[in-house]
Amino acid sequence: MHLAYPAVLAVLLFCTGLYGVLARRNAILVLMSVELMLNAVNLNLVAFDVWLRDALHGGQALTLFTIAIAAAEIGIGLAIVLAVYRNRGSSDIDSLRDTAETDDAETLPDEVDADAVRDTTADQATAPAGKAKKAEATA
Amino acid sequence: MILSATAGHPGFLSPTGVEIAFLLVGLATFGAAVVTVTTKQLVHAALWLVVALGGIAVEYLLLTAEFIAWVQVLIYVGSVVVLLLFGLMLTRAPIGRSPDADSGNRWMALGASVPAAGALVWVVVDAFRTTWIDLDGPAQGSTKASGEFLFRNWVLPFEALSVQLLAALVGAIVLSRKDRQDRKDRPDRSDGRTAGQVRPDTRARRTGPDRTERPAADREDNS
Repeated sequence: MHLAYPAVLAVLLFCTGLYGVLARRNAILVLMSVELMLNAVNLNLVAFDVWLRDALHGGQALTLFTIAIAAAEIGIGLAIVLAVYRNRGSSDIDSLRDTAETDDAETLPDEVDADAVRDTTADQATAPAGKAKKAEATA
Repeated sequence: MILSATAGHPGFLSPTGVEIAFLLVGLATFGAAVVTVTTKQLVHAALWLVVALGGIAVEYLLLTAEFIAWVQVLIYVGSVVVLLLFGLMLTRAPIGRSPDADSGNRWMALGASVPAAGALVWVVVDAFRTTWIDLDGPAQGSTKASGEFLFRNWVLPFEALSVQLLAALVGAIVLSRKDRQDRKDRPDRSDGRTAGQVRPDTRARRTGPDRTERPAADREDNS
């Protein structure tokens, strides 16, 4: 088998996952895209291990380790996403801007009502409710 | 389209047919991955992810890595996707189409990923134009071979990985327990408010059995 086939497939899967990580808004969909990227790396590892006929089979061993670490990562990631959902009421990544250093994020708490009036989308209308919940939790 | 362009290169197809199967399964896998990251229905994304991960398992089988293929089926298709579906359920993901599944920077993401894919495909095809994988001989990833290299050469990382899994388990439990304490605080406040209104009834109920029990205890003491 030509080595370019697994390599090209891994490249395409990795870039698909890259697009998903950058373009998705729901945190669980971002985790799915991360899984796609990890699987692309695993495919590369297996293909190059079979190609090189490594005596230690480092590629396949590393693939098994990566699968186990990805399972742990998805568990921790889902726990974090559920914690964020319980605190904020949404799992949208775009609305989690508390540590952002842009001017919009700094002026957002003062102009929450004005932004809610301006923006008619549903997800940003829920942002003030999430902040109110967070204010209750911290108070 | 890129795959067809690379398939047009002379000498890319071998008469064994393994490459044809790899190409077809690869196309299905890539299509499922693209649908996973572009569909508007969240549950459908998880189900298309099953197709993509299963296709990758078939690719492992075609690369004679049997043990990793079944580990892939067990862990990814069996547990990770189920975890993701549970996560979607617990975050109350909408069943139908959700128009806000993609964020506003979708075109920026497309502009970042498509040139990256083009550049990487070009580099990879150019680098491995004359390399072939020799799939003949005994399978390099059978269960026997995997057990031998895993428990002969990679025992220490394997055990460290078990400790890491334990740490991840404890971490997930800790993250969940913090939330339970937070949630306990909130219902306690709400219960305190509502209990203030219902308190006379509950007091009457609580004191009712006490009155009936205490004379019985007194009778026992008297007797």
